[in-house]
Amino acid sequence: MGSPIECTNLRKTYDGKVEAVRGVSLRIEAGQCFGLLGPNGAGKTTTIEILEGLLAPTSGEVRIFGHTWSDNPRQLREWIGISLQETRLSEKLNVRETIELFASFYSEPRPADEVLEELELTEKADAWVGKLSGGQKQRLAVATALVGNPRILFLDEPTTGLDPQSRRQLWDIVRVFQKKGGTVLLTTHYMDEAERLCDCLAIVDHGQIIAEGTPSDLIDRLGGHHVVEFRVDGRVVGVVSGNSNRQETDAWRALPSVESVRSEDGTICLNVREPHLTIPALLAAVNQQGHQLEHLSTRQASLEDVFVNLTGRHLREN
Amino acid sequence: MTPKVPKLGQPNRPARHSGRWSGYRHLLWARILELKREPEVVFWVFIFPLLLAAGLGIAFRNRPADVTSVVVIAGDGAQKTLAMLQTSPAHSTIRATVLDRDAALNAFHVGKYDLVIESNPDASYTYYYDPARPESVLSRAEIDAALQSAAGRKDALATSAQSSSEPGSRYIDFLIPGLLGMNLMNSGMWGVGFALVEMRQRKLLKRFVATPMRRSDFLLALTSSRLVLMVIEVGLLLGFGVLVFHMRLQGWRSILSVLLLASLGAITFGGVGLLTACRAQKIESVSGLINLVMMPMWIFSGVFFSYDKFPAMAHPFIKALPLTALNDALRATIIEGATLSSQSGRLLVLAVWGGVSFVLALRWFRWT
Repeated sequence: MGSPIECTNLRKTYDGKVEAVRGVSLRIEAGQCFGLLGPNGAGKTTTIEILEGLLAPTSGEVRIFGHTWSDNPRQLREWIGISLQETRLSEKLNVRETIELFASFYSEPRPADEVLEELELTEKADAWVGKLSGGQKQRLAVATALVGNPRILFLDEPTTGLDPQSRRQLWDIVRVFQKKGGTVLLTTHYMDEAERLCDCLAIVDHGQIIAEGTPSDLIDRLGGHHVVEFRVDGRVVGVVSGNSNRQETDAWRALPSVESVRSEDGTICLNVREPHLTIPALLAAVNQQGHQLEHLSTRQASLEDVFVNLTGRHLREN
Repeated sequence: MTPKVPKLGQPNRPARHSGRWSGYRHLLWARILELKREPEVVFWVFIFPLLLAAGLGIAFRNRPADVTSVVVIAGDGAQKTLAMLQTSPAHSTIRATVLDRDAALNAFHVGKYDLVIESNPDASYTYYYDPARPESVLSRAEIDAALQSAAGRKDALATSAQSSSEPGSRYIDFLIPGLLGMNLMNSGMWGVGFALVEMRQRKLLKRFVATPMRRSDFLLALTSSRLVLMVIEVGLLLGFGVLVFHMRLQGWRSILSVLLLASLGAITFGGVGLLTACRAQKIESVSGLINLVMMPMWIFSGVFFSYDKFPAMAHPFIKALPLTALNDALRATIIEGATLSSQSGRLLVLAVWGGVSFVLALRWFRWT
């Protein structure tokens, strides 16, 4: 039996010109929570919908537990549960009716009450879907995916637009499913979500995977787990991105324990292994040049830094 | 071939095994609940046709023998004229008033009276009437006969007359089957076509096909929800006709035939609705399409008036429209008590429209 999800060299071209997915290969192991992280328009939704069998790829192959979508689509659908990026369920049905409707499509569904309880929707069981809050609607969307008793859960942007409490509730639901042996594939453009929830990540940009690994692996590859950000007055020019002020960045690169340098709108960001070595040297260097520090902070490196390092852009940019 | 179910990683124990028709039953029930909870559906499908039938039935009801209103110009002979009209055999249908010459003519011109009578000094009469107004022409003949007989004219011929306005020959008897047909078309087109596009736009169709739901179950449930509504629609409209307008049905056999016809009509228009909506992405575009499909049938298919008014060379085309076939069949069944077997041509027209629409719709259908 094959792994829950496997795909090789997926491509999707819309109308013969727009290349949404350009050669994606993935292998997701049983029990894993795998995240596709990338900015809007990176091709995450197209990729996940191809894996879900809702879109046909232009080329490439998908296997779910070793079976392709053309083998026996109904059987494959029994094994997976899906929450689409946006679905407006019937507003005039109540929560229980909605869950029971979806349960009726599967040959071996779970009891509606059990799912209601697991998703903290018991109190809302008799409320019309139209009257639910955003977080409750999203939990209901996941409930319709879980009630079929799936082995794989696909979640496309599950927490977009939700308040922090609702997001945490959803994360807990995903962890419970995973703890019971389920496999999860989700897309997100929130790095905190990817970092906390996913065992393994693929960073997607312009329809391609540009890095893959566990969150800590990816951060490790930056070289330093810490980021030192500072700004000096006067002559240090505001550089929009990258290397246009090569000399300047080289000077900072030479400081002890610094792994990489980038500058953004006049703020210099250093990826640093050991801040306690870098910072005294940094202060001395600024002093020596006759400048004054306007701002200095340190923080843990995040997936955002990984993405910026790889692409020169932020995840949330449009 | 059914692939082997992986034992690994099914996180929860199943509750039960769902039966083959579990999905269909739930889809049908969900659809009925949704319709029931939508006040607009209740109004447009159930109440509106009744209001329409009531309004038109009252407006075009067969009135008892019309009373003719006439005005006599004030003068020497006016009182004598009134007295003559009073003594005539037709006095119960004549309402006469006396007014000044100017006032009388004005009131006649604005249509308040059907005829102006002026008695001349030489004992003759002058009538002012409008040849373009049928009731004015009628009034002139009636008043002339009344005055002549009051003045002593004897009829040369003995005649008698009998009135006839039996149920079955009135406008309301023509109207109710037409409204029934139109209602089946409206609710089939909107109930299936509009509902589908709305679900497609909300991505609900896509969500459904992401489950193991059988696609045919979904379309079947949508269409059969129409049948449930149809029974209520037909019952209300026919019951209304029978109770309020004393319409007559030709026995139980006829009621059964009407139900069978209405089912066929509901399914046919469900199919046409499905075809109309098979690719549209937005409810705005499908609304336009539905109206475009229905408009020729509103005009030509004889809902409010008979299509005999159109030139005879257009009749074959008009009769090929599904609503014409349905209306003609409903009228023949309800009014004349015709059997279904005698109307196989009309049934065939309906079945072909429905069948071809379903097949094309399934071929072109877009779920996402």
